[in-house]
Amino acid sequence: MKKFICVAMTGALAASFVVSASAADAIKIGGIGPTTGPAAIYGTAAMYGEQIAVDEVNAAGGAVQFDWKFEDDTHDAETSVNAYNSLKDWGMQILAGTVTTNPCLAVGAEAVNDNMFVMTPSASSQDVIDTGDNIFQICFTDPNQGTASADYISQKGLGTKIGVIYNSSDAYSSGINTNFQAEAANVGLEVVANEAFTDDNSTDLTTQVQACKDAGADLIFLPIYYTPASQILKAANDMGYAPKFFGCDGLDGILAVDGFDTSLAEGVMLLTPFVATAQDDATKAFVEKYKEVSGGDVPNQFAADAYDVVKVIAQAGEQAGITADMSASDICEALKATITDPSFSYDGLTGSGMTWDASGAVSKDPKGMIIENGEYQPIDEAGAEASTEAATEAE
Amino acid sequence: MQFLSYLVRGISLGSVYALIALGYTMVYGIAKMLNFAHGDIIMVGGYVVFFAFCQGGMNPWLAVILAIAACTLLGITIEKVAYKPLRGAPSLAVLITAIGVSYFLQNGAMLLWSSEPKSFTSVVSLPALNLFGGKLQISAETLVTIAASVVIMVALIWFVNKTRPGHAMQAVSEDRGAAQLMGINVNGIISLTFAIGSGLAAIAGALLLSSYPTLVPTTGAMPGIKAFVAAVFGGIGSIPGAFLGGILLGIIENLSKAYISTQLSDAIVFLVLIVVLLVKPSGLLGKKQTVKV
Repeated sequence: MKKFICVAMTGALAASFVVSASAADAIKIGGIGPTTGPAAIYGTAAMYGEQIAVDEVNAAGGAVQFDWKFEDDTHDAETSVNAYNSLKDWGMQILAGTVTTNPCLAVGAEAVNDNMFVMTPSASSQDVIDTGDNIFQICFTDPNQGTASADYISQKGLGTKIGVIYNSSDAYSSGINTNFQAEAANVGLEVVANEAFTDDNSTDLTTQVQACKDAGADLIFLPIYYTPASQILKAANDMGYAPKFFGCDGLDGILAVDGFDTSLAEGVMLLTPFVATAQDDATKAFVEKYKEVSGGDVPNQFAADAYDVVKVIAQAGEQAGITADMSASDICEALKATITDPSFSYDGLTGSGMTWDASGAVSKDPKGMIIENGEYQPIDEAGAEASTEAATEAE
Repeated sequence: MQFLSYLVRGISLGSVYALIALGYTMVYGIAKMLNFAHGDIIMVGGYVVFFAFCQGGMNPWLAVILAIAACTLLGITIEKVAYKPLRGAPSLAVLITAIGVSYFLQNGAMLLWSSEPKSFTSVVSLPALNLFGGKLQISAETLVTIAASVVIMVALIWFVNKTRPGHAMQAVSEDRGAAQLMGINVNGIISLTFAIGSGLAAIAGALLLSSYPTLVPTTGAMPGIKAFVAAVFGGIGSIPGAFLGGILLGIIENLSKAYISTQLSDAIVFLVLIVVLLVKPSGLLGKKQTVKV
């Protein structure tokens, strides 16, 4: 019986190869992510993001045209592998996924065997790209946000005495902190207070804020999620302590906390690949389209990441001259060679001048955002506006 | 001065623990069961105040009274549905049920109000107290919480020692069977205990969130466990013990955060608990029990 199934499956597989080989001139690109279950918010956003990008690529009528299909994996590793196999049966040649980390690790192991080109929008763990040289990321790995933050703070001269409050029981937060500390020492930032909390003792964070205040920190780095951050902002305000606050993408969402006094978040800066309320043209156009496709929702970072993934693949595909009659493995080799070529660079919603090295990790300039009047503004533009205002006043 | 301000923060956190611990100790002292759902009743109280006051714009006093009513009702319902049928069962079964109720409340809250955090507006609108020319600041929330826990502690002691239902509670606590033979409605008394404990939880919820404003369905869980530790620390079953235990726990936690390690504060708190229990197994103010063999 087992043998029979095996034979039947091989047959099906062979049949599917035949289908994909004889398919028309559109390259079959698959997406995998949770569109139901606890992480549905991420997968759904990525699905709409990919859909918008595929439509744009096809409408532009370039050499590369996509036939696109998205499968649900409910944020479960096994389901994700099933989704991957079902997409392969359909004839998938490139995978734009998966959205979440653990499923991506499982699917990545399969994709390495098939030598399938994979670019994940948002699986940010280092392990994901370590799985194989055919797997690429468009998001920063978590710890790299720490390095990027330290560089950014030092380049822009945002603070000299830095206090850090991080969650030592959370891999995301402590990973960023470790890299931040290392890079801060490199670029000459003085860390005067390094305070931790854990999930279990996060009820009261005033002591940590007090310690930063006593140490004379003029900037507090918050590599944490927005919930404890909202407590820290309130505690500092109650103490009459007003340092600058700087965080990573975990802070995105702080303005949406029910009942939170958003005036406390005024001036908070964060490095995040994408915010929907940013006022640049590309973001505005994307948000507009996303609302149409999704029925009125506002895109999050995952939507923008997924959009960029499809666009990068299209751009690299055109340069590499891939065609629909190539096998997945040939396409993978062609894309790998093009994308890791030093001359290749991509400007998208989640960063400009993106390049990739052979490890699969992305290198891009982080976007700094600042909260002004309850909205995210790019720091550079906000700063430019402020200096023009100052100049006008001076006149 | 720095020390004083850390001390004040410790007392502030401790007074919240004390308030929660009073509810724990009350239920344990009389019904002889650990109501692990106590922390989650605090959370429900917090949500009631959040929707009535922070979003509905209701008068804060009315909102707190509404929360007390809602939590009292919830407490009595839980007792009737989940604990009463197990009156004759071993205490382990009741303990497991209490943990079940705790998860039920947390997940119910997640379904009803989602796990998105809500930021609480303080129900106390008084200005902070500034001492030594502003160097030492004591927030009004801290003062109100301390005052509330002292008042509630005194009121509970008075109630248990001076009123008829209080005497009945003591009798039930001493010997349930004998109390029943004396004509005391044991089930009624236990319900009353739960009603009082849950009402206190609502007040604790409002004051906890006024000082520490993040409200999520698991808000009550950790403070609940810490308060349980405080109750054991002070001597579970003893009303002044719960108060003392709560305040001390808050102070130890905050001073160890300030001077030893922010990460190890919990470890230090529990270490102190272990040492105290080794030296004095019944807790700081617990009654020494002689068991006849």
